[in-house]
Amino acid sequence: MPYKRYVVICNADKCKQKKSNEIYEFINKELIAQGLKEEVQVVKCGCFGFCSEGPIVKILPDETIYCHVKPEDAKDIVQTHLLKNQVLKNLVYDNSQSRKNIGFKYDNYRKQLRIVLRNCGVIDPENIYDYIARDGYKALEKALFELKPDNIIEELKISGLRGRGGAGYPTWKKWQITKETASDIKYVVCNADEGDPGAYMDRSTIEGDPHSIIEAMAICGYTVGASYGYIYIRAEYPLAIKRLEIAINQARELGLLGKNILGSGFDFDIELRYGAGAYVCGEETALIASIEGNRGMPKPRPPFPSTKGLWGKPTVINNVETWANVPVILTRGGKWFASIGTDTSKGTKVFALTGKVNNSGLVEVPMGTTLRELVFDIGGGIKGGKKFKAVQTGGPSGGVIPEEYLDTPIGYENLQQLGAIMGSGGLIVMDEDDCMVDISKFYLQFAVDESCGKCAPCRIGGKQLLEMLNKISQGKGDIEDIDNMKRICFAMQKASLCGLGQNTPNPVLSTLKYFEEEYIEHIKDKKCKAGKCRDLVTFTIDPTKCVGCGLCAIKCPVNCISGEKQKPYTIDQSKCIKCGTCYEVCKFGAVIRK
Amino acid sequence: MSKLKTREDLVRLREELKSKEEKMQKEGKITRILVGMATCGIAAGAEETMKAFQEHIEKMGLVNVEVKPTGCIGKCSVEPTVEVQVPGMPTVIYGRVTPDTARKILEKHVAQKILLNEAIQDKPAIDIIKEGV
Repeated sequence: MPYKRYVVICNADKCKQKKSNEIYEFINKELIAQGLKEEVQVVKCGCFGFCSEGPIVKILPDETIYCHVKPEDAKDIVQTHLLKNQVLKNLVYDNSQSRKNIGFKYDNYRKQLRIVLRNCGVIDPENIYDYIARDGYKALEKALFELKPDNIIEELKISGLRGRGGAGYPTWKKWQITKETASDIKYVVCNADEGDPGAYMDRSTIEGDPHSIIEAMAICGYTVGASYGYIYIRAEYPLAIKRLEIAINQARELGLLGKNILGSGFDFDIELRYGAGAYVCGEETALIASIEGNRGMPKPRPPFPSTKGLWGKPTVINNVETWANVPVILTRGGKWFASIGTDTSKGTKVFALTGKVNNSGLVEVPMGTTLRELVFDIGGGIKGGKKFKAVQTGGPSGGVIPEEYLDTPIGYENLQQLGAIMGSGGLIVMDEDDCMVDISKFYLQFAVDESCGKCAPCRIGGKQLLEMLNKISQGKGDIEDIDNMKRICFAMQKASLCGLGQNTPNPVLSTLKYFEEEYIEHIKDKKCKAGKCRDLVTFTIDPTKCVGCGLCAIKCPVNCISGEKQKPYTIDQSKCIKCGTCYEVCKFGAVIRK
Repeated sequence: MSKLKTREDLVRLREELKSKEEKMQKEGKITRILVGMATCGIAAGAEETMKAFQEHIEKMGLVNVEVKPTGCIGKCSVEPTVEVQVPGMPTVIYGRVTPDTARKILEKHVAQKILLNEAIQDKPAIDIIKEGV
């Protein structure tokens, strides 16, 4: 016999610190005392992503959430809720209130709203019937038989959907321009060339729900008058490619792609094109060049692809996440979609939350959610109790956001004002052990490697910036370097041909904006506090603290630590590669990093 | 698969699929196990987990248990993740499901209707399709 009820208690670090273990024990004891042991099971569970309100206790199947629970509340929970079926008013979380950035009644405490990822983790992505059973292809059906192209564009306009690739251009405008441009052939393209380091939103969306992209592209084809679509996807995403191929084949077999779809007279088909992993191919004009079989290099705009794109024909090109929103907007209506988010940024945004955060994950939140909620609630805070330093958004084209701006509601304009960008959704959390010069160097190295070399500002400017950053991280920088770097940055922003070059300076500029003192420290004091810039760090052993356990010597990869057991060890500085392993493994805090 | 020639064909197919699912839920016979098998889950060992479920279901002679792959539920830090739907019990998600945990899920949760302690994760969000917001 199953239990009648379940008490689920958060067992993650933060709730544990607030005695969630005692709550667990006390509830169990009280259940025995009340003779409910056979009816109620108590279990510990992982982080609820609601740490600010912890410890959290959830009762199933009632779905009641109790916040700030103390061990002494255990009795009350058992006697009042479990025995008398009465909710404890003083502890219960009112889940019925709608949030300020969501216009409908919404299950509140979770903070996540999965629209793009609605089917991810729910359906079998390799089975079209699973998708159809969850209202799949209903939007296409509605478009073909109930709506005129103008109605669809109007609905998109009402929804306020903007491009999720990062730039945030209104989707309806792109579609309208292509629709209005007269041409014998038009194309629809899906940009699945996800290239930001640490970002995997598009991959996960395709792997979990490939049909949502196919359906959306077909709708767009019908709207703008295109009968052919391409999905440009990185060859490094073999599983996503496999699932797309299966999905396209299944859609063809069922007649949801191909000639005369559902007898409507509308033809549409999709083909895949593989990218070889060049970052610049995520830029739309370079992507189009790559599909055409040319070298992936951007072209000056205008003309924009919406009037002159693939093979010179009008082309709608949208990012995976943008596409995935379209079917829902048509089935639920643009008004519904527009009730979520902020004034200028509607709907949700998917983020790949990574870095020094406890609950790394793929999260989807309504626009207007704050970065603090993302990092400290959903993300469960910083790993190992370290201090938060900054969060990086937008990958190599984005920037860092420090602690004082964590309460900024997420939106295109808000993030841009802070010197970062929304980008495609990579969100990397950094703690006190991350050096901002090192971070700039990392992104610059990436951008320099990926520059296509066509225009001089990007090709030469990036290299110059990287060399200066290298100098600074080696302790050889001059104070003038900071101004020189800024000048190069501004030149690149103004004169580069495409988004790659224009945005390459962003990581440098934003770290300079918020952490200039760190650069100055590297230049003047020749110090790297975070201990990341190897040339500026030395590791020594404090003889008063070292107990001579020898662990550091065992772990040292270059065998530069020696000594006798039970006596202080020493590091041979001439051999040390400054990897920091000794610092990390020492249990006595005897290794000093300076 | 036969081709859908008209709008009505698609509507009919969707209705059939939905009512089949509803009937299954009503009868309350089928236990469903969804294994998160996106690249992230697979990298964390979801294929072994999947295999373990299939092997143990056969070994234990469990009937009416369906195991199927699904996409990412977003809890990267606790992959591989598995959703377990047993009739008459709340649907739960388990994290860090190794082949050994998979066996325990079948033995305890599926066979004895007891939740596993310390392995449950909260669902990250409600289902907007089913719960209709």
